Amino acid sequence: MRVSLFVTCLGDHFFADAVHDAIHVLEGLGVQVDVPAGQTCCGQPAYNAGYMTEAVRVARHTVRVLSDAGPVVTPSGSCAAMIRTVFPRLLASDSAAGAATDLAARTWELSEYIVRHLGRERVGQGLRGRRIAYHHGCHALRELGLLHEPLTLLEGAGATVVDWPADRECCGFGGTFSVKLPPVSAGMADRKLDTLPDADLLTSADPGCLLQLDGRARHRRMGLTVRHLASVLREGMDGSA
Amino acid sequence: MDPRSAHYPRLARETLEQTPGVRDAVTQAALAFDAHRLRAYGEVDVDAWRRWAEQVKSHVLTHLDTYLEQAEARLVEHGAHVHWADDAAAARRVLDELVSRYGVSRVVKGKSMVSEELGLNDHLASQDVEAVESDLGEYIIQLLDEPPSHILGPAIHRTLDDIRRIFHEVHGTAPEATPEELCAAARSTLREVFLSADMGITGGNFVVAETGTLALIENEGNIRISTSAPRVHVAFVGIEKLLPRWSDLAVFLQLTARAATGQPVGTFVSLLHGPARDDEPDGPDEVHVVFVDNGRSRVLADPDAWEALRCLRCGACLNVCPVYRQTGGHAYGYVYSGPIGAVLAPGLLGLSETLPLPFASSLCGACAEACPVRIPIPELLLAWRRRAVDEGLTPRAERAAFRAFSAVATRPGLYRAAGRLVAATGGRMARYLPVLGSWESVRAPLDPSGGTVRRGPRHGGAAQPSDSDQTGAPGSEVEPAP
Repeated sequence: MRVSLFVTCLGDHFFADAVHDAIHVLEGLGVQVDVPAGQTCCGQPAYNAGYMTEAVRVARHTVRVLSDAGPVVTPSGSCAAMIRTVFPRLLASDSAAGAATDLAARTWELSEYIVRHLGRERVGQGLRGRRIAYHHGCHALRELGLLHEPLTLLEGAGATVVDWPADRECCGFGGTFSVKLPPVSAGMADRKLDTLPDADLLTSADPGCLLQLDGRARHRRMGLTVRHLASVLREGMDGSA
Repeated sequence: MDPRSAHYPRLARETLEQTPGVRDAVTQAALAFDAHRLRAYGEVDVDAWRRWAEQVKSHVLTHLDTYLEQAEARLVEHGAHVHWADDAAAARRVLDELVSRYGVSRVVKGKSMVSEELGLNDHLASQDVEAVESDLGEYIIQLLDEPPSHILGPAIHRTLDDIRRIFHEVHGTAPEATPEELCAAARSTLREVFLSADMGITGGNFVVAETGTLALIENEGNIRISTSAPRVHVAFVGIEKLLPRWSDLAVFLQLTARAATGQPVGTFVSLLHGPARDDEPDGPDEVHVVFVDNGRSRVLADPDAWEALRCLRCGACLNVCPVYRQTGGHAYGYVYSGPIGAVLAPGLLGLSETLPLPFASSLCGACAEACPVRIPIPELLLAWRRRAVDEGLTPRAERAAFRAFSAVATRPGLYRAAGRLVAATGGRMARYLPVLGSWESVRAPLDPSGGTVRRGPRHGGAAQPSDSDQTGAPGSEVEPAP
């Protein structure tokens, strides 16, 4: 089994450890991982802000660098959704249309790949006794239809996923939304954080959401541990480091 | 109404900073509405209902000329008068003419968003005609001299204490009056208004083209009295409110109620067919239906916007919207707020006048999931954003930033260099990129992990940063984030 990892721009710049943890987990499951050269960003920031010319350019680049990459796995629900649901439309009248549709059909979010494609529900038992809050990123939830996949892996590793009434509400990141409307964005993060039940840590499959929730929690000095799903799964595989 | 949508960022900030109770009140009310909707959706094959309703409304909108003429003919057969208003001024002129024709000095109003859109209350006041809202929520905000902050619950941003205070001032109720006592005070005032008003003004949830039926949904009974007690009833109805067939009501009445309040059907449904006939003891002598365009034709002609006209005004997208819940409707500066307001306002009022609204969304998609007629609101928001960019309405610095972004993200060498720069400047990035100042105004500083992840096939062992072996640039070591 061989996959290509799409690191993503937030993965490169803010979540390098989680990216390595994703590679480690995949390798632990017997998957060979390649990190294709030339990859950058999926272009979602430009797309969501209305900059189509720029988004098309970046999307075309990503399609090209991942063209012969086999299954593509990414530790970001939002970027997986961009590639799967937006790329085919965005590049529909482009010479890369066929390649975009092809890429869309073989791109997976990490937990989705492990549960749906590999058919594995257990990476190890390293999370026994851990109480974990899981934030469902909007694009993973609504565009990829992921709900049980990350929870299955966390629970499969022995963790208890705590009951969180706001677990499927938006964290308020929204790309440029977070810097265009900071008070509204922060209020949305607060709604998440204020309803959070007692838990050892907060995790999610989406780097953007994690930046937002961690940034707000640290701003409020909440002492909350916020980690990417890939890092938590690595702990689930290896036990706590 | 003077739209203040251009000021959304400031209005939203002020709401959050100066009246934090609004956020709590709106959130609690919206969550309750939404919980009811979810339960009610779960009781039926709601996706089949929604797909069907979407198709019916899209069909109406694509054959609107035919159905409007059919509706007019049926309404006239019932003895109603039909008027056409191109814009708000024309609608107000129709009203002026009717007020003067019937010698109206007092109007009782049923809850109507289109009447808010047209600014009828202020207009009537300027003509020395007294207009009294008879929906309890509308009555409360009329006392407070505020616009509605929600399609269904116009006063949801207010707490019980706020209402006690204004009722104490106006009606002399006890400072600690119970909700029942407050209701009783409103009721005794309104009863007198119902009996003395010369004209009842309402909106309309649906007009059935086949039968000329005006359908109105409510829970308080005030609309039923407003349409039957005064001798003149005037209904202002958006031209998009048509349904083709009588039988369509069977689903639309139920779907609207389930989406709005979680009820199987509204407590009162009035199906009106013109003035009282000779054998009918109740009902008005004169019925006027004013079909209002006010920008709708323009929206209908716009391939990227027209789907918003399917809207039933149920408020489900507001209730489920985490952005709306922060501020309630006032910050949007327009009668239609929340997700549907953010896509209707640019169409009805113009994009440059309402520019921030299409950006007042994290694109979470909850609205599209809740919408009973499957309006793809995030797609419509994106279309308005694209148009803002195409028309050069976005800030120059932002345009430059996205040009730079696409240049960097299509050149892997530049991209890696940018990664080194991010790592080298670390927590001081806010100084170099003003946009990060905005990030850090409400969040702790970003914590870059350093460089970019090493590319290439993996051969076991720890991953290395891509550039450290080539350049030794500062900050290019990948360190685990704390």
